[in-house]
Amino acid sequence: MKRLFAIFALWCLSALALAGVNIQHWTTTGGARVYFVESSALPILDVQVDFAAGSMFDPPGKSGVAALTRSLLDLGAGELDENAIADRLADLGAGMGGGADTDRASVSLRTLAAADKRGPALELLRLVLQSPRFDAAVFEREKARTIAALKEALTRPDTIAGRTFWAALYPEHPYGRKTSPEELAALTREDLQGFFQRYYNVRNASITIVGQLSRQEAGQLAERLAASLPAGEAPTLPAAPQIGKGRTGIVAHPASQSHIYVGIPAIERGHADFFPMLVGNYTLGGGGFVSRLMKEVRDKRGYAYSVYSTFAPLRQPGPFQIGLQTKRSQAGEALKVVRSVLDGFLREGPTAEELAAAKANLIGSFPLRLDSNRKILDNVATIGFYGLPLDYLDTYQQKVAAVTAEQVKQAFARHVRSENLVTVMVAAD
Amino acid sequence: MIKRLLCCLCLAVALPVAANPFETTLKNGMRIIVKEDRRAPTVVHMVWYRAGSIDEVDGSSGLAHVLEHMMFKGTPSIGPGEFSKRVAAAGGRDNAFTSRDYTAYFQQVPKEKLEEMMQLEADRMRHLNVDPKEFAQEIKVVMEERRMRTDDHPQSKLFEQMNAVAFQAHPYRRPIIGWMSDLENMTAADARAWYDQWYVPNNAYMVVVGDVDHQAVFKLAEQYYGGLEGRALPQRRPQTEPQQQGARRISVKAPAELPMLVMGYKAPVIRDVNKDRDPYALQMLGAILDGYDAARFGKRLVREQQLAISVGIDYDATARGPGMFYLFGTPAEGKSVADLEAALRGEIVRIQQEGVAEAELKRARAQILAAQIYKLDSMFGQAMEIGGAESAGLSYKDNARMIEKVQQVTAEEVRAVAKKYFSDDTLTVGTLDPQPLDGKARRPVAATRH
Repeated sequence: MKRLFAIFALWCLSALALAGVNIQHWTTTGGARVYFVESSALPILDVQVDFAAGSMFDPPGKSGVAALTRSLLDLGAGELDENAIADRLADLGAGMGGGADTDRASVSLRTLAAADKRGPALELLRLVLQSPRFDAAVFEREKARTIAALKEALTRPDTIAGRTFWAALYPEHPYGRKTSPEELAALTREDLQGFFQRYYNVRNASITIVGQLSRQEAGQLAERLAASLPAGEAPTLPAAPQIGKGRTGIVAHPASQSHIYVGIPAIERGHADFFPMLVGNYTLGGGGFVSRLMKEVRDKRGYAYSVYSTFAPLRQPGPFQIGLQTKRSQAGEALKVVRSVLDGFLREGPTAEELAAAKANLIGSFPLRLDSNRKILDNVATIGFYGLPLDYLDTYQQKVAAVTAEQVKQAFARHVRSENLVTVMVAAD
Repeated sequence: MIKRLLCCLCLAVALPVAANPFETTLKNGMRIIVKEDRRAPTVVHMVWYRAGSIDEVDGSSGLAHVLEHMMFKGTPSIGPGEFSKRVAAAGGRDNAFTSRDYTAYFQQVPKEKLEEMMQLEADRMRHLNVDPKEFAQEIKVVMEERRMRTDDHPQSKLFEQMNAVAFQAHPYRRPIIGWMSDLENMTAADARAWYDQWYVPNNAYMVVVGDVDHQAVFKLAEQYYGGLEGRALPQRRPQTEPQQQGARRISVKAPAELPMLVMGYKAPVIRDVNKDRDPYALQMLGAILDGYDAARFGKRLVREQQLAISVGIDYDATARGPGMFYLFGTPAEGKSVADLEAALRGEIVRIQQEGVAEAELKRARAQILAAQIYKLDSMFGQAMEIGGAESAGLSYKDNARMIEKVQQVTAEEVRAVAKKYFSDDTLTVGTLDPQPLDGKARRPVAATRH
């Protein structure tokens, strides 16, 4: 056995040009994009199929279709009912996962790599993608469960704050539409079938394979999976979100802590400002215990257990977001501190020392991003789904190293405009 | 099937020699456990202290956890906040966690930074500053953590209250995060005293998993931890929980939409890995009830009878203190917690009367076996498994044996533990009684202003 994983064979401590992972990429006969990383150290195989079928594609008035469609896929397919699928997976020691976010619906399978295990497990994955049943009784039950869980979530200050925040950031864009118990109640089985037929197709799919498998086997696997999907057509994206006026939304709630979000729609995946934003945000509020927000809000004042800033690049500009929870009586004070930290950062950008610290961590921690099959799968699936360059991981450290303080300042000035920031406070006095 | 899989595992995994993990004990009593895993050039370094909320006394609940926070506040050579800064500069991630049984600290770093992490961790094992000013800020942070995790979280509150009633003499009755009043009255001197009592090498063990040579790590351990002096530990009193003699019921009112039901039965945990039988049978029972989506609970109560939105079990077979086997769930719309309680009891009665099928055992075994391979995908998970066994007074060497023992459980043993441990006499039932968010409207109204 080789001491090092093949994927790390090019690892070299002295150079910044570290190989990320060796991604083999091709397109199936039908046109599905495939991303494969051979990883032979463990007898495990992971397969993830991603579709542009997230909640941004929910038809108006039918919010919740994307999520419910995804959740019903493995609850009955072909000749197998939901229990038969679950039993067979359990017998194989395999597991199916995935879900739907704003952009993407994913179906993933983790199985043992031995042929007698992976063969039947992959057949179950194929069946689920090809012929989900959307049984009427299962549909009604899952709808009822989803409505109940949503009603419960709607009593939680964090859920209320999150929904209010997205709605305020994206008043005219699907990212701002969140489903309600009423909309869910009106959904029909035909809504789900229609959504499935429209979006779960070859043109709309990227297949990621990581594990103990040869290139040839991966080719056959992908071909067989893709062949079970209709040709279909790529989705039409809605108009990009517009940035509105800054405003503050207050929601009453009896919780002991206020939940506060501050933010704005920022950048999409693949944006040229990604690396300056990444490096800058580390200093502002992304760098865990060492960020400015953590220092000022938590360490110096004891205002919060958790305070952070993050930006989530999506298919279309995703949010830049600051979040914290604090005792409700001091919410106003805590928000002042947050705004002062943010304004200071927007004005001055990172210091030379902060910039160096951010780079040291982002570059140095790179191997930790890829030290398991699961992490490799997540990274490669994201590259595949969003069509990022195949050398994204290979050049990651170089691109971080090349960021200047001025670039950070300019990128933040472009994407985090103070006057357009939305603030949401739930349970403030 | 078992043999073939294990064989396949041996061929495929780069286990350097059969002895992996490796261990040694320093002269000061600190144990060092190293698992070589050469898949990626990273390493996880953990130091575990056998001091958790179980070791606290009345009036100072939450102290173990508060000290965990204070451990990031510096030593004579490392300023407040400097610890995390150094880890970050090394390209690492660090954090810590406090449980009932232990407090543990970890860093995940590129392998060449391991030595620096050991140096930092050894420094704060014996040289912590507990500065009153730092304490005054940090205790506020912990109170915010309590508000977030428990006070504003109805389900957590229910579990906190359940434990406070299920246990009367044993310290497991106190929440790890601590009662708010105890946090409000805690002082820097309390934290200092806790540190002086428990943070000594003979009460600690180090776990390293990653791309390392164990001999080299042993040397580093000797270099950095070896010079720290051990000290006799305070007496640990057993505080044995008296036999429960009759069911206990509580309810918790909190702002929520859905009710929740928790049923906790007193249950044994593993004390003698080889002689014990029942804890393994209870683990198997748990897998048969709730091991996957179509296991008995999910299939019958959620899918077929549609009595519940969700159901589950929780049982930890290893712990320093006494064990509990929990059944819990949320009733479906139109069903009551009483309906759900009757249904959960019904599932136990079915097993008491009819036993379980061989196919169910076989399925659970297949899942356990696969999980053994999947767990190798995470170095952090492997380190947790080693540390967890040690924290419960067992050895990491017992982990494989414990899994073997679960695999050997028979249908008759599952039935026997279902009969033996699910009696009302040792039962505590908790229900969450959901309250409207305000006295009037159930749904909050959003007001937006510019």
